[in-house]
Amino acid sequence: MNARLRWRKFVSNFMLTLTGCCALVAVSVLFLILGYLVVHGGASINWNFFTKLPAPVGETGGGMANAIIGSAKLLFLATLFGVPVGFLGAIYLAEFSGNKVAFVVRYSADLLNGAPSIVIGIFAYSLVVKPFGHFSTFAGGVALGIMMIPITLRSTEEFLLGVPRNLREGAMALGASKWKTIATVIVPAAYRGILTAILLAFARVAGETAPLLFTALGNEFWSQGFNHPTASLPVMIYHYALSPYDDWHRQAWAAGLVLLALILIINIVARAILSRGISAPR
Amino acid sequence: MNASVRQAVSVNINPPATTSANRETAAPADMRMTVSKVNFWYGSKQTLFDINLGIATNKVTALIGPSGCGKSTLLRTLDRMHETVRHSRLEGEILLDGKNILAQDVTLLRRRVGMVFQRPNPFPKSIFENVAYGLRINGSKVPMAEAVEKSLRHGALWDEVKDHLHKSAYELSGGQQQRLCIARALAVEPEVLLLDEPCSALDPISTAKIEELLVQLKDLCTIVTVTHNMQQAARISDFTAFLLNGQLIEFNPTPHLFTTPADPRTEAYITGRFG
Repeated sequence: MNARLRWRKFVSNFMLTLTGCCALVAVSVLFLILGYLVVHGGASINWNFFTKLPAPVGETGGGMANAIIGSAKLLFLATLFGVPVGFLGAIYLAEFSGNKVAFVVRYSADLLNGAPSIVIGIFAYSLVVKPFGHFSTFAGGVALGIMMIPITLRSTEEFLLGVPRNLREGAMALGASKWKTIATVIVPAAYRGILTAILLAFARVAGETAPLLFTALGNEFWSQGFNHPTASLPVMIYHYALSPYDDWHRQAWAAGLVLLALILIINIVARAILSRGISAPR
Repeated sequence: MNASVRQAVSVNINPPATTSANRETAAPADMRMTVSKVNFWYGSKQTLFDINLGIATNKVTALIGPSGCGKSTLLRTLDRMHETVRHSRLEGEILLDGKNILAQDVTLLRRRVGMVFQRPNPFPKSIFENVAYGLRINGSKVPMAEAVEKSLRHGALWDEVKDHLHKSAYELSGGQQQRLCIARALAVEPEVLLLDEPCSALDPISTAKIEELLVQLKDLCTIVTVTHNMQQAARISDFTAFLLNGQLIEFNPTPHLFTTPADPRTEAYITGRFG
């Protein structure tokens, strides 16, 4: 009996330790990556990194200003394409559609969300790059925008459905039409959640590389407008990390650090917004 | 309780011998709403059976009965809020000022028939914007500040909130929120105000305030209130309808119903033998 009790205590302690270790690993990965990036890339982050074009091999200095601006342009376009579609689609899903339609839309969005990003890249390639005959910022924006649609759609829908029913009824009882109710009560009540959803979708695609490889391609120089290939941080990291030059490796680490910091900040801001309440009380 | 009103009600509580064609002309002048032969279903479950009821103008009519008796459902048919629930079906006729509400535009109807809900449901906006909401969505051109003040006075809330109209409505107490919702409903000057157990989420002091308010408001509009609280019905209403299992058992002037109930089931309910 005594042995049995000891065995049970051992199993209990063993499982406690095991699960605790796994939790620790899960958390420490992020900090390991962050630490690694800071150690390797921290030294290369300076004013030049944010303001200069990439330097030719062998020359010191140079930066990734074109990739930073390129990423900003791509994300701007992606938000422009993806957010309205996802947002308005979510309104349809949450407020207008029947159960069957909602099921189909939800399921498709989840599948699209799970589609490998390189497949989305190929799709954007055949949709935009092929007909136009060249790579462009526009094509990259389309690819990232497509990726933002299902993320925005599903999370916006969740937040819309979270708005209490009695708010809808309150507006309708005053003679508001369905659309008026949505526009003046439901969306304002859920705006924090919706804003968070958009920020998380933004952060999610900010680091995507594969969809950009054959849409925005890359560029060693400034890219004018939206009709030319452009550099972007993720693709720059990819190319620089694969190169045989130590200078470029350091630049890639620095770019990784900048990108990760950006995504972390967006996530933290999103959580901060959300922690103040996803919608109206009750 | 004047004699003519009592008579008018007794016309409506009698089984509907008249056809719906002459009911319209036969409707007494002081009936703001008339419910005729209303049957109601949620899916395949029937929850109201052949309801006939007259709502007297500028009076308080209370609907009482045990949980699930259909009193809230009946109330919600009066401004067609039942239509927000899928698979619901209504048969019969409901007249507002002699016109069938089921044939009218629902948004216009709801501007004439306001509703206050069980739990206070202010919008996530300022106190001012809550009251102004109904006027704004209706494109009203009246001076907003004056209209808001008037409604808040009618809702007996003005003195408590006049110095912080631009604070969030959620900073008010539950009772204040409910009076805000009443003021919000009154802002569009409805002819009829429906209240669905307006005090059930409130403390006794807030409840007393709202009861007092409702009695004052009947000069302004016709009031129909659902309550599970018989004392409340007795205190504030002029007429009381007792519902049981989706049927209207008895509809009489309130003092009459509570002192000399005509139906043994009404007596059993008001004396607390069930419910």
